[in-house]
Amino acid sequence: MKLSMNWLNSLVPYGYEPKKYIADMTMSGSKVETLDYLGAEIENVVVGRVTQMERHPDSDHLWVCQIDVGAGEDIQIITGAQNVHVGDLVPAALHDSHLPGDVHIKKGKLRGLPSNGMLCSYKELGLTEHDVPGAYEDGILILGDTLTAEELAAAVPGRDIREVLGFDDWVVDFEITPNRPDCLSMIGLARESAVTYDIKYVPETPVVRGGAGDIGEWLRVRVEEPKLCPRYTARVVKNVKIAPSPKWMRDRLRACGVRPINNIVDITNYVMLEYGQPMHSFDYACLDGAEIVVRRAREGEPMSTLDDQERKLDAEMLVIADAKKPVGIAGVMGGANSEITDGTKMVVFESANFNGTSIRLTSRRLGMRTESSGRYEMGLDSQNTLPALERACELVELLGAGEVCDGIIDIDNSGYQPTVIKFEPERINRFIGIDIPKEDMLHWFDLLGFRMDGENIVIPSWRMDVEQFADIAEEVARFYGYDNIPTTLFGGATRYTPMPRIEFDDRIRDIFYALGYSEAQTLSFSGQKILDRVLIPQDSPLRSAVVITNPLSEDMSMLRTLMLPSILDVTARNYNMKNDSLRLYELGSVYTPSETEKLPNERKILSAAAYGGVDFYDIKGAIETLADGLRIQNLSFRAKRDNPSYHPGRCAEVYCGDDYVGVFGQVHPKVLENYNVSGEIYAVELEVEALYNNRGGIVEYEPLAKFPAISRDIAVVCAEEVTAAEIEACIREGAGKLLESVHLFDVYRGAQLGDGKKSLAYTFTMRDRARSLTDEDADGAMKRILKLLASRTGAELRA
Amino acid sequence: MGMREDLERIREEALEAIDSAASEQELEPVRIRYSGKKGALTAILKMMGKLSAEERPVMGQFANEVRAQIETKLGERFETLRALALEAKLKAESLDVTMPGKAPAPGYRHPLTTTIADVRRVFESMGFQTVEGPEVELAYYNFDALNTSADHPARDPQDTFYITDDVVLRTQTSSVQIRTMQGKEPPIRVIAPGRVYRNDDLDATHSPLFHQIEGLLIDRGVRMSDLKGYLEVFAQSIFGAETRVRFRPHHFPFTEPSAEMDVSCFACGGAGCRLCKGEGWIEILGCGMVHPNVLRACDINPEVYSGFAFGMGVERIAMLRYKIDEIRKFYDNDLRFLSQFNG
Repeated sequence: MKLSMNWLNSLVPYGYEPKKYIADMTMSGSKVETLDYLGAEIENVVVGRVTQMERHPDSDHLWVCQIDVGAGEDIQIITGAQNVHVGDLVPAALHDSHLPGDVHIKKGKLRGLPSNGMLCSYKELGLTEHDVPGAYEDGILILGDTLTAEELAAAVPGRDIREVLGFDDWVVDFEITPNRPDCLSMIGLARESAVTYDIKYVPETPVVRGGAGDIGEWLRVRVEEPKLCPRYTARVVKNVKIAPSPKWMRDRLRACGVRPINNIVDITNYVMLEYGQPMHSFDYACLDGAEIVVRRAREGEPMSTLDDQERKLDAEMLVIADAKKPVGIAGVMGGANSEITDGTKMVVFESANFNGTSIRLTSRRLGMRTESSGRYEMGLDSQNTLPALERACELVELLGAGEVCDGIIDIDNSGYQPTVIKFEPERINRFIGIDIPKEDMLHWFDLLGFRMDGENIVIPSWRMDVEQFADIAEEVARFYGYDNIPTTLFGGATRYTPMPRIEFDDRIRDIFYALGYSEAQTLSFSGQKILDRVLIPQDSPLRSAVVITNPLSEDMSMLRTLMLPSILDVTARNYNMKNDSLRLYELGSVYTPSETEKLPNERKILSAAAYGGVDFYDIKGAIETLADGLRIQNLSFRAKRDNPSYHPGRCAEVYCGDDYVGVFGQVHPKVLENYNVSGEIYAVELEVEALYNNRGGIVEYEPLAKFPAISRDIAVVCAEEVTAAEIEACIREGAGKLLESVHLFDVYRGAQLGDGKKSLAYTFTMRDRARSLTDEDADGAMKRILKLLASRTGAELRA
Repeated sequence: MGMREDLERIREEALEAIDSAASEQELEPVRIRYSGKKGALTAILKMMGKLSAEERPVMGQFANEVRAQIETKLGERFETLRALALEAKLKAESLDVTMPGKAPAPGYRHPLTTTIADVRRVFESMGFQTVEGPEVELAYYNFDALNTSADHPARDPQDTFYITDDVVLRTQTSSVQIRTMQGKEPPIRVIAPGRVYRNDDLDATHSPLFHQIEGLLIDRGVRMSDLKGYLEVFAQSIFGAETRVRFRPHHFPFTEPSAEMDVSCFACGGAGCRLCKGEGWIEILGCGMVHPNVLRACDINPEVYSGFAFGMGVERIAMLRYKIDEIRKFYDNDLRFLSQFNG
């Protein structure tokens, strides 16, 4: 909502300083978006009087003018315009002046003669023909063409043109929150300003003389949908004389961003700005049957609106109709068929209250949002219709734009009852944390227009946002000043509450950072084509996803059911950006529809991906370190040959006992082709919940053994098919319960071993808590191990 | 040739050999040759018996003198050579300390996670518990229970992603407030970080997904001044002890009174600069006293209990703190971006 500070000053006079004003209003609750000086682009342009004119000796169209600019001595300005005469008052841009559009005027010579500035057209001043009715379009703006005699008298030579043409005004653009539709008006903002500056402000009550006959002879109104139109008021104006509205009105409209049209239309716009109540005017001559009916549109009913668009209406939309046809879409826009024209002789003013939701839906369905519909959507005060209507008629009389008929049509189904709230000053003080006398509160209530009725506060109709105690407390807090409220720290019982699930996530992050993995955050959206890229079969359950009904795009049309595409996408992006190696992880969610619940299951997945100097066993090691750090005891790995996204020979599933935890391995080369990656990428997807369920408890300290350990290396040669797990099992069994640890430290394949053979070398360590072990103990274990290896795997000691 | 001459010759040879040994390894055979059990001196002393009784003590004394001289000299020489050897070794081992260090490649925390962690730490230390709620949420929790009526503009599909008519991608973490209040009796102190969704295309300043942190404190007798106090502690913890806060009245459907909180610009200290657009203040969060309608929707009696709530955008705070120019940088996850957040 744009506020003209000149207009404000006429409602609530005060020596406002614009910058301080916006700061003060911000702190009392009216948020300011911008503050602009209307004449900011115009500088050093004054009123000039043409005292002398001669043709330029070297030109057949240039005029050499002597201009009185109030400086004592006339200055010479050359113009090419042909509509200037001696005695005219004109805008004169002096040497070193500025005009809109970053135009800088300096003195110079035109065909050899000096010109000390420029005479301006209205366009050069940033005006349109609506702003200066009567002015000649293709020439210099002759002030006498558009100003009244009274206005002209003030336009003395040398006066700043901004003061003469309505540019001398500050405009504040307020962001009005949805709870304060009353502030979409000059009166509403004037009231807020008045309370902010501790001024009593009561808007004037409009007075209408009337006397042009009774309205009943001319118009009947019927409201068929009282729920959608809680109140409808109308008056009739006869003997209308369409003309431009006066300059003061045009200036205010322009400051508030509304284009002046003619007196009748300008009055409706002016009242909307002043009262916040949208108004409409119909040309009475276009109404069939001397009747207005507020009804639903018929399905498919056509109508062309004021913007010359053909609209198709439906039965959900409310229209203003005459006996035969719709003449306006209620609260949104009038019809072209009843538009005010230069020939309009008689007018019906409408000031109505419509249901906000209905207007919003209509406006959305038609794809048209207007000043009017935007206001109705917020829900307007049903008690404001009548004052606004009266004000419009008062202005008609003031402007001499017509004669107002007696009588008002007022169909009131609003059932309005004022809100009454108990006044509890002590509770307000306690709630805010202040201690101020109740008289202060009562003073603010009075300024706000709140009325006291005994111990109760009666809320005015325009403050529909004030419903209960907390709302009253807010009014007190606002005008006491949020800044003046002390800062306190509520005591109460504070104690640390464990949050094991959250802290488990933190632990996972810590471990992955320590492993050299950086954290990614990817968007949770997905799409069927994204699942294609990681080769998920069409019949996979992963294809069944939470689908967004109003998605941004196909690839963001559902929530992800799988983390792999997300982490691969960012990994591939890094790869193709030539970041030479990468370890990346994300702790993100996947979403799967539930068959029984309205809401889907949201599961946290630890996903990771890496390339550059990593192999399968680095990734496996990372998972083992993670499990170790989470004190998981029962981790195991099983080869997985048929996961479509992974290399069939380099993929394993992870289990904790019987719980499935996830999958990892080298991403299938065909998948990577879809991401334009030619190298190897390894990926991990682990279910955080499964990890959490298998996590270890608090560490229980185990006393350190007093006796030293004994270690042996063992290198065996076996067939390629024999797995490390099989060899290790033999070592564990052979060493028995004295075994402390076993580590694979070398794998070798070579010509000496022969084709299809490999050598694995292990270190194993044994310890007895009760004694020092001897060589015999170790040798015995070694013998048992070799025997087991030979019988179970065919492995032999490497020579 | 007399014994004295022999001893003198041995002494001369030995001292010369000791002097010319260039290392401990060279000196050791010298020691053995002259002063060892089978060395030259011992051999001579064995011939002492052949001397006359008058000569024997004289020669014996002389021989001891020679032995002492040789052994002293040996000891000194050994010491010198050891010192030289150590010096040479240390010299040989000296490094070019300007060569690059060998660091294990570190993992970098995502700036959003760091921001959330920092905020969490502040509130957890004041007794708040961190909780999470579903991202796919019933419209009831995201809107209705938060005093946002069915025709509120925020519910428009232009702003909100819909799964069904009554299931949405949550547009605010405030939904967790309701779940918390319905799930437990006051006193309540929680913060809820998480992802929220808005129907906006991803560009420099918008994202269809971003993070918020919601906070809620409910107890008997909580005042608006407490809201100011807690959030001032928060601001000074995150933006520095010198930070000043400013509360401006605002409107949210689920708080009354409502406010927006600004902090004094941490780039210029409030003097006005590019970061704060000359205002000296930077808007950080929305907050207010929990609306009585919201408390009632959670079966909490507003006559008995009161409380405050606040919500902040994590991306916004991270962008301001780290001077990040585009919101989408958070979701590109380029290592060149991530690796800048190394502390």
